[in-house]
Amino acid sequence: MGTTASQLGKDLLSEYQELTFLTKQEILLAHKRFTELLTKDEKDLPNTRIPMERILTLPELKSNPFRKRICHVFSTSEQKDGSLTFEDFLDLLSAFSDSATLEIKSHYAFRIFDFDDDGTLDCGDLEKLVNCLTGETDDTRLTPEEMRQLISNILEESDIDKDGTVNLSEFQHVISRSPDFVSSFKIVL
Amino acid sequence: MMKRRFEWLQEVQGDNQEEEQKEELHEENMKSLACLSVGMEVDAVADSGSEEEARRRSKNRRAKPQRRAKQVSDDEEDEEDEDEAPRKRGRKKKARPRDSDEDDEEDSRSVKSKGSKASRRKAAKEESDEESEEDRGKKKKGGRVVSKKEKEEQNQEKKGNGKGRGGKDKDGEKDKKKKNGRMSSSSGSESDEESMSEGEIAALKEQVEEKKKLIATLRNKPWRMKRRLVLLKEAQEFVEKFEGALGKGKGRRLYAFKVMMTKKLIKFKRDFENFKTACIPWERKIKEVESHFGSSVASYFIFLRWMYGLNLVLFGFMFGLVVLPEVLMGLPYGSIPRKTVPREEQPTAMDFSVLFDFGGYCKYSILFYGYYNNLRTIGLLQFRLPLSYLLVGVGIFGYSLMVVIRTMARNSNEGGDGAEEGEFTFSWKMFTSWDYLIGNPETADNKFASITTSFKESIVDEQENQKDENIHLRRFLRVLANVMILCCLGGSGYLIYFVVKRSQEFAEMKSEDLSWFEKNEVEFVMSLLGLVCPPLFETIAELEDYHPRIALKWQLGRIFALFLGNLYTFLFALFDEVTAKLESEKSIKNATEWALNEYYANYSSFFNTTDIPPPAVNPADVVRGPCWETGVGIEFVKLIVSDMQVTYLTILIGDFMRAVIVRFLNYCWCWDLEAGFPSYGEFDISGNVLGLVFNQGMIWMGAFYAPGLVGLNVLRLLCSMYYQCWAVMACNVPHERVFKASRSNNFYMGLLLLVLFLSLLPVVYTIMTLPPSFDCGPFSGQEKMYDVVMETIEQDLPSFIGNIFTYATNPGLIMPAVLLMVLAIYYLNAVSKGYQQANMDLKRKMQMARDEEKNRRNNKDSTNQVMKDLEDLLPNKSLIPPPTEEEPPPPDVVIEKGGKSPKMKPGAAGKGVNLQKDVSLAAPNPRGPVTRAPGPRGGLPGNARGPQPGPGRGRGRSDLRR
Repeated sequence: MGTTASQLGKDLLSEYQELTFLTKQEILLAHKRFTELLTKDEKDLPNTRIPMERILTLPELKSNPFRKRICHVFSTSEQKDGSLTFEDFLDLLSAFSDSATLEIKSHYAFRIFDFDDDGTLDCGDLEKLVNCLTGETDDTRLTPEEMRQLISNILEESDIDKDGTVNLSEFQHVISRSPDFVSSFKIVL
Repeated sequence: MMKRRFEWLQEVQGDNQEEEQKEELHEENMKSLACLSVGMEVDAVADSGSEEEARRRSKNRRAKPQRRAKQVSDDEEDEEDEDEAPRKRGRKKKARPRDSDEDDEEDSRSVKSKGSKASRRKAAKEESDEESEEDRGKKKKGGRVVSKKEKEEQNQEKKGNGKGRGGKDKDGEKDKKKKNGRMSSSSGSESDEESMSEGEIAALKEQVEEKKKLIATLRNKPWRMKRRLVLLKEAQEFVEKFEGALGKGKGRRLYAFKVMMTKKLIKFKRDFENFKTACIPWERKIKEVESHFGSSVASYFIFLRWMYGLNLVLFGFMFGLVVLPEVLMGLPYGSIPRKTVPREEQPTAMDFSVLFDFGGYCKYSILFYGYYNNLRTIGLLQFRLPLSYLLVGVGIFGYSLMVVIRTMARNSNEGGDGAEEGEFTFSWKMFTSWDYLIGNPETADNKFASITTSFKESIVDEQENQKDENIHLRRFLRVLANVMILCCLGGSGYLIYFVVKRSQEFAEMKSEDLSWFEKNEVEFVMSLLGLVCPPLFETIAELEDYHPRIALKWQLGRIFALFLGNLYTFLFALFDEVTAKLESEKSIKNATEWALNEYYANYSSFFNTTDIPPPAVNPADVVRGPCWETGVGIEFVKLIVSDMQVTYLTILIGDFMRAVIVRFLNYCWCWDLEAGFPSYGEFDISGNVLGLVFNQGMIWMGAFYAPGLVGLNVLRLLCSMYYQCWAVMACNVPHERVFKASRSNNFYMGLLLLVLFLSLLPVVYTIMTLPPSFDCGPFSGQEKMYDVVMETIEQDLPSFIGNIFTYATNPGLIMPAVLLMVLAIYYLNAVSKGYQQANMDLKRKMQMARDEEKNRRNNKDSTNQVMKDLEDLLPNKSLIPPPTEEEPPPPDVVIEKGGKSPKMKPGAAGKGVNLQKDVSLAAPNPRGPVTRAPGPRGGLPGNARGPQPGPGRGRGRSDLRR
């Protein structure tokens, strides 16, 4: 623990505390977990990116159907390969932490669900979302008919301006009334 | 000093005027170009009006420093700024490269996230603010101060100038409009600057405060970490730099000190926060369980932890105020009869079997009521133990009640408005059904399955709205299930009654004749019922086919009824026992008194003296009453212990052994044990929660008669935490239908509150009505237990308090007080109903506003081509007087709509037509609607909608500029 603290630097640590919803212990733990993912020679370099594949080996993300999306959303990588720096990683944990506000959470949830990154949830996004939620196996998949019905129901409910897509404000409107979004949109190391 | 400043000012002014003239010329040249660009921009950008302006301003600001380097006097102008001239020029000269830069950046970002556009705009605005502040800061550092008057003069000059120019402009109105907007948006900063000389410090302070606020809220912004880091550093630097500069002379030091203290305080607070989170026990354990089993199982452990905390506090009260004083200052063991094991029990008092039944030394120990002495004050401190005992006994209830209610209120506050159930069922299922905490592939698979099922179910529901025959069958099954469960409850109640009656018969026999089973029959039967009935209920509940979350509540309610019935049957039996004991006690008391009188009479007649020493009898040999309080305490302790044994054994056998067998016999068995019949156990949330709640109820009831019970319970909860965490991780599998805990937490709390109330009743009843034993416990010798309080009031407090108390307890006063409370309740109830009504109205209004908005949008959609043409044809749209705060109806939106309309589904379009008809009735003026959404969702719909506006607009703008 002591070594990680010294690695992170006191100022930086306090700044991270200022900027995230994480406590000192959580940041240190995150740092520890993050450095565990680094290979030997990467450890010496500052600001290394961890490729998405290695991030996804974390047990907290392993069984999450949105794991790739999560990485992509939080990645600042130029190549769009979903690789994360430590700061990206902290961003991720902060958004998924216990004390993050509904607004932050819903914002990131929206971006995670927005598979084609076009700023709205259109039919394609919703379809992908349903497929993520129902798992990879065929027996849990919905039939095309069911899918169509489901998506049209969802748009009926939450597409307030009737433009055929769900945008961020509509999404937040729906989410903010949900009783258990905040309690389930959590990832804890 | 003053003089120098004045001189300098004059100089500056001179420069300024010169410069202005130059600028006039310059401007004339630029004007045509500028107008063009401005006009275009208005068209392109109007929908995001103020934000866009803010951005422009920021560009302008960015351009400033460089110019300042060239001409000092230019600064003044910039400062009061917000005039077209410098703005336009600034943009043209410097901002262009930057602008395109920004656009690039924007584009690249917008690919990633269109959704965050609004927030980025905000960011831009803030950035601009910041820069302006930075500018100002630099100026201040330079030590230049401009007097207010002169500034105002300049200002006016400028304004006149601007207006003149505006009149010339073709798009004059537009400009003014924009200026208006800008004025309003930037009025804050302007006013700051105008009052610079007087309110310089105040302004600076304000800025510093703003920065601080920014620092505090930075984490709420969904930006990249890098960006936030940069912002934070800038803000912090600014604060650092100018915090010290504030204040003069004496005030300065004080201010610096204050600032330092606040900094320290913040740091301390943060450290304390960290410390607090570090102190929360079992956080990691619970998280681990949570990640394997989802939040519902974890909610049990969180509840357990909460209960542990509560019990720790109760234990603190009990131990600190009752047990410890008696141990430290009271008489030692063996000094008086109540603290000594009676002679006939002494041979067996140390036997394990006796101790295990809490007889022998246990019975005459600090654990139970009987041990405490009735001396009014003990020790050097004159500690009033009896009073303290009573107050702690009642205080435990008070504290628990307060804590439970507070927690409930907090939980329900967090619950928000609860929303209209059923409005967003599909969307919620879609967007919020995944539990991100799940980190276990097995659980994830279960979750996938359950989500699919729920999707399918809801689709089927939606499609055929349930079949009639189905519903009849279901209703029948539900009624049947309830009847069966009622039978079970009745049967268990009767069984307990029967057993208790039998135990009373046994109690009259000698204990040597009874077997172990006969002695412990009541506890045994109660534990057995608690063990058998819940699974039975669960099996019956299968018939009902509720959603698991609802099923859980039903299950909880039924088990609750069972436990409650059992507990109260037990209590009534106990009361019978107590009355029997009271009678026997009365006879013993009479006998003792008679013997004592005899002894005194004999002594005085024999020795012929009135100075009689107390009879010299060994305390172990004194005849004593049954001490019903200790008896009750022992019953409760026994109950708790047997309950604990049963729980732990169930886990050990039902979960652990089962898991071991299933795991290791699976290789050599004829069918698949893991998937087939026994399989692994699931964690029984409802049973465990109720066990905990009832256990707590018994603690509350028993704590008065057995002060050691609270300590015992703390130990038990501690063990449970580790043991159950281990058991759940080692031998349970996740629920087949994983569901989230949602707010059942408050449901648990509600149960707890009910149990608390129910356990309060018997205790208060005994305190108020039953006479305490004459020879044991802190209240011996009193008529009633509460006489201790009376006695204290009469003897130790000043007489007027006693008087007050007498008046207060007068029925004449109590009745009006009760009446008043009833009235207050009635009033509050009425008020809350009024609020509810208002809430409903507001909701309805919001709904209506939403519908209206929808209609209007649709209206636009269907007629947008026509509308667009119309807009284009209109000679000058700007003739419509613009509201100061709002933007003019943006044509841009219409264009965007046009682009979208092909995407519309046919169904929606059809609806749109219908709705349009409605609207045409409701709102004849199609231009009326403002594209801003009303209220909370303000600003967003316009900005964050489509892919088109962002890049398209940006490109258009930059093209024009080139």
